[in-house]
Amino acid sequence: MKYAFRALVVALLGFVLLPAVVACVSAFDTRALIAFPPQGFTWRWFHRALTYEDFQVGFVNSLYVAAIASTLAILVGSAVAYAIDRYDFAAKRVLEAVLLAPLAIPHFTIGLGALIVASQVGAARGWFVVVACHVVLVLPFVLRSLYVSLKNMDPRLESAALSLGAKPGRVLLTVTLPGLAPGLAGGWIFAAILSFNEFTASLFVTVQRTQTLPVAMYNYVREYADPSMAALSALYILLTTVVLTLANRFLGLGRILGTEDVRH
Amino acid sequence: MQRPFLRLFVTPAALVAAGFLLAMAAILQYAVLAHIPGELTPGGFTLRNFQEMLKPLYAGVFFDTVRLCFLTAVLALLAGYPLALAMVRARNPYIKSAILIISVTPLFLGEVVRTYAWLIVLGNQGFINGFLLWLGIIDRPLTLMFSTGGVVMGLVHVTLPVVVIMLSAAISHIDRDLEKAAVALGARPLRVFLTVTLPLSMPGIVAALTTGFAWTFSAFATPQIIGGGRVNMVSNLVYSLGFSSFNFPFAAALSIAGLLLTALSLALFKLLLRPLERMGAK
Repeated sequence: MKYAFRALVVALLGFVLLPAVVACVSAFDTRALIAFPPQGFTWRWFHRALTYEDFQVGFVNSLYVAAIASTLAILVGSAVAYAIDRYDFAAKRVLEAVLLAPLAIPHFTIGLGALIVASQVGAARGWFVVVACHVVLVLPFVLRSLYVSLKNMDPRLESAALSLGAKPGRVLLTVTLPGLAPGLAGGWIFAAILSFNEFTASLFVTVQRTQTLPVAMYNYVREYADPSMAALSALYILLTTVVLTLANRFLGLGRILGTEDVRH
Repeated sequence: MQRPFLRLFVTPAALVAAGFLLAMAAILQYAVLAHIPGELTPGGFTLRNFQEMLKPLYAGVFFDTVRLCFLTAVLALLAGYPLALAMVRARNPYIKSAILIISVTPLFLGEVVRTYAWLIVLGNQGFINGFLLWLGIIDRPLTLMFSTGGVVMGLVHVTLPVVVIMLSAAISHIDRDLEKAAVALGARPLRVFLTVTLPLSMPGIVAALTTGFAWTFSAFATPQIIGGGRVNMVSNLVYSLGFSSFNFPFAAALSIAGLLLTALSLALFKLLLRPLERMGAK
């Protein structure tokens, strides 16, 4: 019974890992086609993936978009999460519901909406639409991460600082912000990774010039069948695993994602 | 009550919310405008977009989408539950972290990388066919690409991380003393699981099913690439109407119908699953 359960869990983990492992192995195939098992061994596809212009441009674009969108989301999100958690104000629940709504709405719908708005105001599909779209999409995750941090922070610390005569600005900088640091860091990393990988909405709102890496990869898969994409996927998988392992080590992934009961 | 910096804190978020609502309003508006072939600017008010949707071609895609979402949510639940249980209950912190990282990494890889990897698994010369041919179980490759089975496999993989996250949150809230009490009273492990753990995780199961359904509905790259035009979901239809036919009003109407359909399915789900959810509330 116990062993049957363990075997099942191992098999399921195998299912989750299978595509990643197969992609990593195929990246070294010498043949220019999608096939398994690979024949021979070459670094050629890694070289092609790293020197292919669309991937290079897409990588830089994604890096900029992810950095800007996640930073904006963390600034906007932390401020409003604090206000929602600690204050009462008009239409508070409505604002919260609207900000969390993108979780329930498909990315293709949000992308289409952003595209229509951009065309209506006559703006060319530029960086602004891409970044705005990403901020809307990652904001709910930032809010969730910060709510956890806010719940774990004792509001009496702030009251104590206030009653000792500290100005609100000083309390914010010296008590609140340091207390929220883990949630801010977790939410920021979370938002940056999600934005870096966002595909569907980006497909709708980007043009050749503003193409992000996932869009460039999608276009590549549609046109070519050589293992360059496998090589790029392998690098992607490596990088993501490293970032997640570090996030887990230093911030507690379970806490950011809410898979652990923090009260225990 | 003192509310320092209230306006400063809320205004930026209100602007983001306004931008989002503007995009949604734009879709609503386009959905009831006429498409003029060859023109990007839509014409006047019409309800034809919604009538058009009742044609078998489009209605069929809606039906397939709901079927795929439902099947995927159920399969992801069946696969996700053991993973979540093993993760929450692992005593060894390394095993716990390993299960967590392996289960959620796909979520952070993005749909394109994951779907591409599935091409190598499912292709005619891919991993599964290569393996089965080598074992001698089959003598010619199975058609897994462009098939419903292949798309479902990819979709389950895409939806699994979210389901695991929802389930493990619920399982970690279960009071373990209840299980210990059952064991002390002589119940075997399977009975403890069926009569204590499983009923108590029902709220998580319901949440995982509904979220899994909505998440799958949102999938685009998986049906687009693995389905290759032969297995279509609403997302693929919206994209091809927008970017192949430039019929944005119809694409908008389909998005709206899709949203309504998800909302309706989820409401129905909730209603049907209410007895299950109650089991856990006891």
